[in-house]
Amino acid sequence: MAEIALQNIEKYFGDNYVIRKLNLTIAHKEFVVLLGPSGCGKTTTLRAIAGLETIDTGDIRIDGKAVQDLRASDRDIAFVFQLFALYPHLTAYDNIAFPLRATRESKAEVDTKVRAVARSLRIEHLLNQRPSALSGGDMQRVAIGRALVRRPKAMLMDEPIGALDAALREEMRSELKRLHIENDSTTVYVTHDQVEAMSLADRIAIMNDGVLQQVGTPGEVYQYPTNLFVAQFIGSPVMNILPATVRAGGADGAEVVIGDGDAVFGFPADLPKRLEAKSYDSLVLGVRPEGVIISTTETAGHVPVEAHIIEPLGAYDIVDLKIGEQLLRARTHSGMVERVGETVWARLDAAQTHFFDTKSGDSLNIRLGEENGTRQA
Amino acid sequence: MAVIARLESDTRAAARGWSDLTIRNIFILPTLAFLIVFNIFPLIYSLGYSFTDFRASVNDPVNFVGLQNYRELLNDPNIWRNFTVTAQYVIVSVGGQVIVGFGLALLLNRKIPFKGLITTLLLLPMMMSMAVVGLFWKLLYDPSWGIINYALGLGSFDWLSDPDVALYAVAITDIWMWAPFVMLLSLAGLSAVPQHLYEAAAIDRAGTWYTFTRITLPLVAPILIIAIIFRTMEAFKSFDLPFIMSGQPTTEMISIRLYKMAFQEWQTGRSSALAYIVLIVVLAITNIYVKYLNKVKER
Repeated sequence: MAEIALQNIEKYFGDNYVIRKLNLTIAHKEFVVLLGPSGCGKTTTLRAIAGLETIDTGDIRIDGKAVQDLRASDRDIAFVFQLFALYPHLTAYDNIAFPLRATRESKAEVDTKVRAVARSLRIEHLLNQRPSALSGGDMQRVAIGRALVRRPKAMLMDEPIGALDAALREEMRSELKRLHIENDSTTVYVTHDQVEAMSLADRIAIMNDGVLQQVGTPGEVYQYPTNLFVAQFIGSPVMNILPATVRAGGADGAEVVIGDGDAVFGFPADLPKRLEAKSYDSLVLGVRPEGVIISTTETAGHVPVEAHIIEPLGAYDIVDLKIGEQLLRARTHSGMVERVGETVWARLDAAQTHFFDTKSGDSLNIRLGEENGTRQA
Repeated sequence: MAVIARLESDTRAAARGWSDLTIRNIFILPTLAFLIVFNIFPLIYSLGYSFTDFRASVNDPVNFVGLQNYRELLNDPNIWRNFTVTAQYVIVSVGGQVIVGFGLALLLNRKIPFKGLITTLLLLPMMMSMAVVGLFWKLLYDPSWGIINYALGLGSFDWLSDPDVALYAVAITDIWMWAPFVMLLSLAGLSAVPQHLYEAAAIDRAGTWYTFTRITLPLVAPILIIAIIFRTMEAFKSFDLPFIMSGQPTTEMISIRLYKMAFQEWQTGRSSALAYIVLIVVLAITNIYVKYLNKVKER
């Protein structure tokens, strides 16, 4: 088992600068998810770790040893491909046995190991089937079995459950988590699905345009996004992003004005002072739907707004509130707002409100005091 | 009005009331007629001849002789020798074509400059006329001024007259001509092996040879077998090259024997019987391959 360190990795595809000065260390036994939109360089990064792709500059170290010049077969790393990459002419058994046989392990040993892995993946009854006879989920189980069977230093997974249907994805997600706990292997996992990333990762590394944006635990990246990209990429429905200005005054001591005065929300009095210490051009306010607190009756400190769209999602509703030309999405308990066009009263939870610099998109790292009991809508 | 508009938008054939089925049949008909007149009818007619002592050169009455032609042919050691020669030729020629053709395909199945041009040039031999190839190679093999002896420093060694070598000399020409065919099919097979399987094999720490024997070969096998079927059938009834290049008894393959029997000795009935024996042998060999192919394809 291993620690993987990426140091100043750069990669070009022709003129295309796909990985830009990437630095990331994945600790021993850690489960790190590389998350980002298509074409952000996450898969290239993963393939570079595996040795399926060369890098132009930088070091890839596994347990301290630079491996960027080693072939894939010499790095002792397992890789699970998005489209399984099972050998179509071999049975599930032979597929799982392939890496063991390729390194000439004895027949008895191969059999013991293959059956042990099959048992842990619950695919013993499928061992004699060829991949063409298997369902997507079972194919991926076989592919994972093939990766696990040789107890590699590290497991790399490239959207391993991306090709499966939603229900199966959920099932496989928990199975992957269980396998990681059972096997204790250092794992790097690539996905563009933030739900998958949040549920699986010890830490998430978010990439965009070849640049690493933020690395942190799922809680950190959700609650304290370092920039607008991360703020909008993580979380569903996405974070509300509204242009804002801050001024002193009002009942709470400070006020945040949305747009050209479309709505004015009260904020703690220390906000203007804390903003003064930062340098920024203009402000953008970010607040997740659950940070928008709604009341159906007129309440002090709340602003009247019109419910524009209601999306009932079962466990909760997403209500789009109209603020001038902008929409503010709020998460409410289901059925709270009954009709479109109704006026409701809203305020923003200061603890869940983020301020970003419009120009750079970076978070200004203003963390206002948490309010009790406002985390859940 | 609406009806007229609809008709105008359709084809004239449809307007005449022809269905797709009718149109299809009209296209198939000429081929069908051609096949019946030139293939099926002679096939059946010659089956009839094979049980007679018919000679096309004389006007004698034709007698039904039952299985006599077959019996005599199968008891004739010379015919068996012709079959042996043919088998030797098929094994050497097809074996050589597979080794050379598949080897070339492996070399071409990577990123190399001018790949398209090289492939086209390699395919040229296949596109030439058999007779022209035979005549040219005869010149190349010429004992006194052929380039092959000159290049190999063999003096005046006579490739095509030496009874031990002539058959193989012809087979080499056949390999030169048809290895590109095997190459072409192999290349199609090789490029159809998904790249990610090779990546998976690299991750699984498989060496080059292990990857070749466990992944490349099994996945290319079906198309390679098809190439072998075609080449075996062709080599078995090979006539032009051996006929043009060498008159040696050691190169008298079954097709040449058949030609002599039919058109030099005018034993029409007997040669029909021999043709049927050849047909059955070719069908039997093909059948073995097809069985094997199906077994491979099941995987």
